[in-house]
Amino acid sequence: MKHTRLLSLPVAVAVIYSAACAMNSSTSSTSTRSSVGAGELSMSMTPPSPDPRVGLRPGVMAKYPKDTTKRITITPAAEASWNMRLIANRPPAEPFVGVTHSDLGFKDHYVIQGNYDGYQVWDVANPRSPKLYDEYVCRGSQSDVSVYKNLIFVSGEATSGRLDCGTQGVADSVSQARLRGIRIFDATNLKNPKYIANVQTCRGSHTHTVVEDPNDKENIYVYISGSSGVRPESELPGCVDLSPDVDPRGEQFRIEVIQIPLAHPELSHVISKPGILQALGVAPRSNARSAQDSLERAAQQAARGGGAGGRGGAGGGRGGPPRAPSGPVQCHDITVYPAVGLAGGACGGYGLLLDISDVKNPKRLFAAADSNMQFWHSATFSNDGKKILFSDEWGGGSAPRCRSTDKYEWGSDALFTIEDGKEVFKSYYKMPAAQTRFENCVAHNGSLVPIPGRDVMIQAWYQGGVSLMDWTDISHPKEIAFFDRGPMDTVSAGANGGSWSIYWYNGFMYSSEIGRGLDVFELLPSAFITQHELDAAKTVHFDYLNVQGQQKMVWPTTFVLARAYVDQLQRSKGLASARLASLASEIDAAESAKGSARKTALTVLSAKLDGEAAASSDAAKVRMLSSTIKELAGMQ
Amino acid sequence: MNRVCGRSRAVAWLAATLLTGCAAGSAGTPGAPRVLSQAELRKAPPPTAKKASTADVAFFQGMIPHHAQAVKMAGWAASHGARNDVRILCERIVVGQRDEIALMQYWLRSHGETVPSDTAMRHRMKMNGMEMDMLMPGMLSDEQMVALDQARGSDFDRLFLIGMIGHHQGAVNMVNELLASHDPANDDLVYKMASDVYADQTTEIERMTKMLQTVPGAR
Repeated sequence: MKHTRLLSLPVAVAVIYSAACAMNSSTSSTSTRSSVGAGELSMSMTPPSPDPRVGLRPGVMAKYPKDTTKRITITPAAEASWNMRLIANRPPAEPFVGVTHSDLGFKDHYVIQGNYDGYQVWDVANPRSPKLYDEYVCRGSQSDVSVYKNLIFVSGEATSGRLDCGTQGVADSVSQARLRGIRIFDATNLKNPKYIANVQTCRGSHTHTVVEDPNDKENIYVYISGSSGVRPESELPGCVDLSPDVDPRGEQFRIEVIQIPLAHPELSHVISKPGILQALGVAPRSNARSAQDSLERAAQQAARGGGAGGRGGAGGGRGGPPRAPSGPVQCHDITVYPAVGLAGGACGGYGLLLDISDVKNPKRLFAAADSNMQFWHSATFSNDGKKILFSDEWGGGSAPRCRSTDKYEWGSDALFTIEDGKEVFKSYYKMPAAQTRFENCVAHNGSLVPIPGRDVMIQAWYQGGVSLMDWTDISHPKEIAFFDRGPMDTVSAGANGGSWSIYWYNGFMYSSEIGRGLDVFELLPSAFITQHELDAAKTVHFDYLNVQGQQKMVWPTTFVLARAYVDQLQRSKGLASARLASLASEIDAAESAKGSARKTALTVLSAKLDGEAAASSDAAKVRMLSSTIKELAGMQ
Repeated sequence: MNRVCGRSRAVAWLAATLLTGCAAGSAGTPGAPRVLSQAELRKAPPPTAKKASTADVAFFQGMIPHHAQAVKMAGWAASHGARNDVRILCERIVVGQRDEIALMQYWLRSHGETVPSDTAMRHRMKMNGMEMDMLMPGMLSDEQMVALDQARGSDFDRLFLIGMIGHHQGAVNMVNELLASHDPANDDLVYKMASDVYADQTTEIERMTKMLQTVPGAR
């Protein structure tokens, strides 16, 4: 998409950025505050230069007086933003201060925010003034959360998770007190959720994905992804860290699928373990094995010669038999898009395309690999399901991978089109502002923003802030808004702050800030997104949202949707500017008319546009506009 | 004792668990301990001292020299005529493992523990009262390091890939050993680092194994 000139639209358009203007915030304040200071107003199509995110003043942290094992901010870092605004921040409730916040789920006007020590529920009926609605202490990382009807699901992977929810950890390496898997809560009363069930899994649940089966209304399904090792059979029977071709129970190369009977969620259980990673470019066993054997021999010699006591070479660890290195044995995260019957699986060194028409048995269609992608983290489909974006969380999110010395292609997003069931690489995208070595920064979680007719995504980059990106032209993704803070501090070597995830939900963008609690943002009209496009985005409504379970965005037929398309035709120069001006007044006139007069005006306009489409350089958009106007006519 | 409990707090926890261990409502797992009430969970007083677990400390103290050797090996790629994909992998290892060394050093420092240097290639530890310098699992011996340093071109590629596959497997083993220890990775940062090492290095083992198939003389 070309952005070539200013739009002359009947809206107040502001491009605002501010830097180093967060002097007014304090860590204990819960008041709504603006990130935007006395910024300059402009309509520039070019990003602010120099980039105000570079060189932001760091914050200062100190020991938390109430719990000296934790550190809290005493002087906040400076902030910078462009085309978006922080409208509220809420520091965490007491039990979660200084503990990592993780993913978000949404239901009605509530945001559920995971934390390694439990989760918080925020009432965002007024997004400018979120209120803490409930807090639930129950330790287990990552505590990624999802909602479905009256149920809340929470991921537990770390060895410290306890069945009794205690925060003290688990001392024994093998323990029946440990929870690794999924916790299930009945949140019929969100104010007082009940912990009703859990499903223990072999490698725990790093993330999970709720999947609806259109052919099965009695159950809901959850795909479990885990990036940790398989625990011993002595802790959970049936867990075997082997390939299924060695032991049929072998956990490798599989994901776990949990079935949750909606009438009896307490009976939830693992129903299948599809081997979506089996036979995936596994290096020939014999060669790998012999290379490994030679190394083991060398290591053993070294151990004898050098007095080393460590075990060398390949071994299963924890007493398991040795195994040859092979393809990825697990997935990090899976995004399902039931509307197109596909899922994107971010699995080790691969980005998989899965067919999920049989929900219990997803099948691999394609596996993309890319030498610049280290660790495929998560996937996002375009709304039409014809493109897919994979993020690479190189270094796991603890490392500063956005320094000026770090490559653009590393720790970035890789963008693909989906053609005949294959992923075709098109480009990379990375939040472009250089960050310091004190800021953990790499591609992380985001969601689509429902700007009609375009592919726009908001994404978290940990302490690299949040970045709004237009990937309509998939070969040339482009940043169109951002927000960033300076480092949490210059002591902690990063990893204690930044945006874990940011998602658009019913008109606003909610960000889970690892150290700073909940942030709420609004988009500002700009040269890149007009007020009409924003208003049209706000007509898309979800009753609930788990971003890993992508829902199709559908724009209700409205006059503002038509005007958004007109704005887009102006931006693309799809019609002559004189024609666009007359179009705008014809739409205005039709809206002012009543009854059959309105219907007639709209019908005529639509027919006229159909005739104009062929000659337009943006014919598809003209047809979208025409069909919206036709639908408006049909509603009269 | 575990990470965050003072002694009296631990006793209280234990008592609470024992007293209520056979109550109903055990979140679906028969025989599982009762889920503590939110009031009970909040009553626990905050810990006042950060006592790191022995296993966590040993894991980081051993992993720093392990990483340091990987950084040194990978740092040779450009000057030793490594082929392009090996060079890219090496660059990533240098950046990645250097950052991890810094994070592990920060954690050890903030816990008042001995911090190995980022160029140390032996894990210094006390065994039976004697200080010993150890090679961690999968590390190359001095002789193997000399051989690698003397290799050029595809010889370097072959020795590097074979060496680094084993080196990574050693790191994965160290993670597994940590998790099999007493009081393992209850600290969030330790768990995260351990699981990142596991995930990253497992992925790289797979990648290097594939590369090795196309190195002359490796088949």
